Amino acid sequence: MSFLSYLINGISLGSVYAIIALGYTMVYGIAKMLNFAHGDVIMVGGYAALTMMLSFSANPLIAVLVAIVVCTVLGITIEAVAYRPLREAASPLAVLITAIGVSYLLQNVVLLIFGSNPKSFQSVVPVPDLKLAGGALTVSGETIVTILSCIVIMTVLTLFINKTKAGQAMLAVSEDKGAAQLMGINVNGTIALTFAIGSGLAAVAGVLLCSSYPSLSPYTGSMPGIKAFVAAVFGGIGSIPGAMIGGILLGVIEILGKAYISSQLADAIVFAVLIIVLLVKPTGLLGKKIQEKV
Amino acid sequence: MKKFMKLASLACVSAMVVSTTAFAEGETFKIGGIGPMTGAAAAYGTAVMNAAQIAVDEINEAGGVNGAQLEFNPQDDEHDAEKSINAYNTLKDWGMQMLLGTVTSAPCIAVEAEAVNDNMFLLTPSGSAVDCITAGDNAFRVCFSDPDQGTASAKYIGENGLAEKVAVIYDSSDVYSSGIYATFRTEAENQPFEIVADPAFTADSKTDFSVQLQQAKDAGAELVYLPIYYNEASLIFTQAAGMDFAPKWFGVDGMDGILSVEGFDTSLAEGVMLLTPFSADAEDELTKNFVAKYTELYGETPNQFAADAYDGIYAMKAALEKAEATPDMDASTLCDLVKVAMTEISVDGLTGTGMTWSAEGEPTKAPKAVVIEGGAYKGL
Repeated sequence: MSFLSYLINGISLGSVYAIIALGYTMVYGIAKMLNFAHGDVIMVGGYAALTMMLSFSANPLIAVLVAIVVCTVLGITIEAVAYRPLREAASPLAVLITAIGVSYLLQNVVLLIFGSNPKSFQSVVPVPDLKLAGGALTVSGETIVTILSCIVIMTVLTLFINKTKAGQAMLAVSEDKGAAQLMGINVNGTIALTFAIGSGLAAVAGVLLCSSYPSLSPYTGSMPGIKAFVAAVFGGIGSIPGAMIGGILLGVIEILGKAYISSQLADAIVFAVLIIVLLVKPTGLLGKKIQEKV
Repeated sequence: MKKFMKLASLACVSAMVVSTTAFAEGETFKIGGIGPMTGAAAAYGTAVMNAAQIAVDEINEAGGVNGAQLEFNPQDDEHDAEKSINAYNTLKDWGMQMLLGTVTSAPCIAVEAEAVNDNMFLLTPSGSAVDCITAGDNAFRVCFSDPDQGTASAKYIGENGLAEKVAVIYDSSDVYSSGIYATFRTEAENQPFEIVADPAFTADSKTDFSVQLQQAKDAGAELVYLPIYYNEASLIFTQAAGMDFAPKWFGVDGMDGILSVEGFDTSLAEGVMLLTPFSADAEDELTKNFVAKYTELYGETPNQFAADAYDGIYAMKAALEKAEATPDMDASTLCDLVKVAMTEISVDGLTGTGMTWSAEGEPTKAPKAVVIEGGAYKGL
């Protein structure tokens, strides 16, 4: 019974990683850059929702919508100000370093505005806990909502990319930026749209993360951000179903590792698994191997 | 004209005389304070600085120490060792002669390493790790040390028969938490209870406690001992409530502050016991006055850290008087006198009556247990 309970907790933690990883993997797949500030956009989403609920006593649903708008605008701004001018830079490292810079900038701006006292976040999830096996197993409402949102988001994203014009444009940009531009696709617009979607997802992830683990500080986003990045690489970065599978597996491995191996080595186990997967399958579980055409 | 010059110069000279005496009278003992006033441990630092200021103002109103006033300068370190050293250097530039701090253990160890080189008198109100004051004989503390807390908790649980099966959840990456747990485990062997589980966590994964709680639950723990800080404790209480796990909770001084976490549902902390030398509802005159004054000025009930700081300032006063120190002494001379005087004084304070100090810097006083009831501390 405790195994099942660990498993459920693992899936719950994993589905939070999965939603964050979706944002990472989309931006990487299309813009070919690692947005290390993604974890901090999540944290901003959490603060936006919290502020709406505490200071304006807004309905949780409105708070989530405001958080999505705030993060979307933030994502587009970051892309336009910090990443776009560097996209043509000689070294791809330039954008990577800028992303790390943006990450610290966000943390410190929030630190300045809200102070670093951790705030307790009231769950926005109205779903009651589910009791199984006569109360021996509890699946929290947050877990159910997180897993469901993860599946919905993944399906909608896949449909969006494969069925809509904007989605097709994204695919084209990810294949070859230059050729896409020649075909009349607005590359900058497409990448901005990618950031907008990725950051909107970050807001959802932020609210779900804080609902499950109700403590919010300016550094809340950094560790889940790194783990979600690991999940994205684990599942095959650039692949949307890969991010989801990677995230959930990572959560399960982390919780089971904590439970049966050592609660202190949880992180070491997670990262060791990543190394092994990358050694055996360098593109990740669902990653495509792209052959260079001559 | 000549006469006027003479008069003028005379006036100048007399003005100089007046100003020098005024300067000597205005000379103050400069006490620095370092602690986290923002950050995860802000509740501690803020309480210490507030209470220290109350004590300083009281002493100054009553005529100061050896005829001189006290001046207190609080600095923020965000519970970060590096920032703590920066704060220490800032205070030295200001002319600090004695240090009340630092508030939390890890930064205190770092600052003590500097302070011992400068021979700066250091009195930490609440730095409870053993190493906070072991680097030299310049350092003293007001609170109990971690080993004392661990031992005292185990004794309290055993002697009062609170539980037979005890689980411990602690932070293995933190010297404070693992230090307390080490002595708790040693003392537990002599007590009529058994430690059935001791799951740890680390600083990098302190949001999900479901595994640790499940292990404690599966082991049948009736009481969970939490030698950790209040922020993690608030998450643990929330998650335990979600999984219908309701053991007795027993914390240490790091739990103090749980009631002031913004947005935290304090009903989750109902019935939590913690070991602390101070309870705000004590009936003695000193505590009542202090609590009334603190509540009036800062709008909340003072916690144990506030009491430690208040006693710390009064201990400094007692030691300065015993040593017959004057404010024109430099920090090192002052330290040599005061560290001897510290072992000779006895202070009746908020955190104990007849507190005395050993040359190693450890205080002697009796611990009390309190329980959280209706969102406030009640003495047990």
